[in-house]
Amino acid sequence: MAHFKKKRGNATPEVSTASLPDIIFMLLFFFMVVTVMREGERKVQVVVPQATQLEKLEKKSLVNTIYIGRPTKKYQSIYGTQPRVQLDDKFSNHLDGDIALFLEQHKLKVNEQLWGQIITSIRADRDVTMGIVQDVKTALRKANQLKINYSATPDAEKMNAMN
Amino acid sequence: MARDKKSAPEVNAGSMADIAFLLLIFFLVTTTIDADKGITVKLPPWSEEPPDPTKLNERNVFSVLVNANDQLLVRDEPADINNLRERAKEFIANPQGREDLAATPTKAIISLKNDRGTTYKAYLNVYNELKAAYDELWDEESQRMYGVPYSDALTTDQKNAIKKKIPFVLSEAEPTSFGDED
Repeated sequence: MAHFKKKRGNATPEVSTASLPDIIFMLLFFFMVVTVMREGERKVQVVVPQATQLEKLEKKSLVNTIYIGRPTKKYQSIYGTQPRVQLDDKFSNHLDGDIALFLEQHKLKVNEQLWGQIITSIRADRDVTMGIVQDVKTALRKANQLKINYSATPDAEKMNAMN
Repeated sequence: MARDKKSAPEVNAGSMADIAFLLLIFFLVTTTIDADKGITVKLPPWSEEPPDPTKLNERNVFSVLVNANDQLLVRDEPADINNLRERAKEFIANPQGREDLAATPTKAIISLKNDRGTTYKAYLNVYNELKAAYDELWDEESQRMYGVPYSDALTTDQKNAIKKKIPFVLSEAEPTSFGDED
């Protein structure tokens, strides 16, 4: 019996941390894969509204995004606080022409057979008025881009209330 | 000499975890997991001339107006957003066969009109409720016909069959220019 006691004595054995890097790397790769990098700078503030009847935008390459909102603090001295439209990384001044050009530029990156499936995602701030949104919609109709998606976040409260 | 030793000296991998942690934290911060979601809408094609004022049977039109103060007018009466969905459903399906609601779901037209001063939030809220009315009706129809809710489990043909029975007709009028910001 004295034999066993001897083993337990002295310092407690250390936990091996040799596999820690592997675990961290696994997490790292997970986040690297799911990360969507924001391309370009966002110049308008956008907090999208909440809704319940949402559909997922499947193919990222077939989606182009139009931002509508008030300029961020940095740009308010130049562009004021009125809601503005951001296309790519520029403010748009002449909606009809700019949106048509924006859509054409996006089409260049897409296979011609898939042009019919292109969706324009409108990410508009919840507090902008419909006037500017309507202007964007009209411009899109004129450019014959009819599939659009009003970006929104799921309204968890309402969704739970329904079930 | 030391170089002539049999085994090469090991590289210290102790800091590997720190480097990995650093990268991990960077990606954690920049990640936005939620994919883009939203309400998908199909716009009508653009035409220069205004649409001709076709005379519609009044019972088949469910007019919804959202004004610049985000107040709701449904069929010329003030209404509450909370029962808009129920009312729209009743209007489309008309289960009791009432005289003042849509004759058949295929004839039902929902007409949505807003001011330029309406907030986007209020507009989308109303749109969401109207869409929800159709989604729920499709769900019920799907349960009746195929015994499953309206989802991706259905084939395209089955979906089209349901949509033919209850077509989504939502016409948006040009907004009036009340209360715009500029």
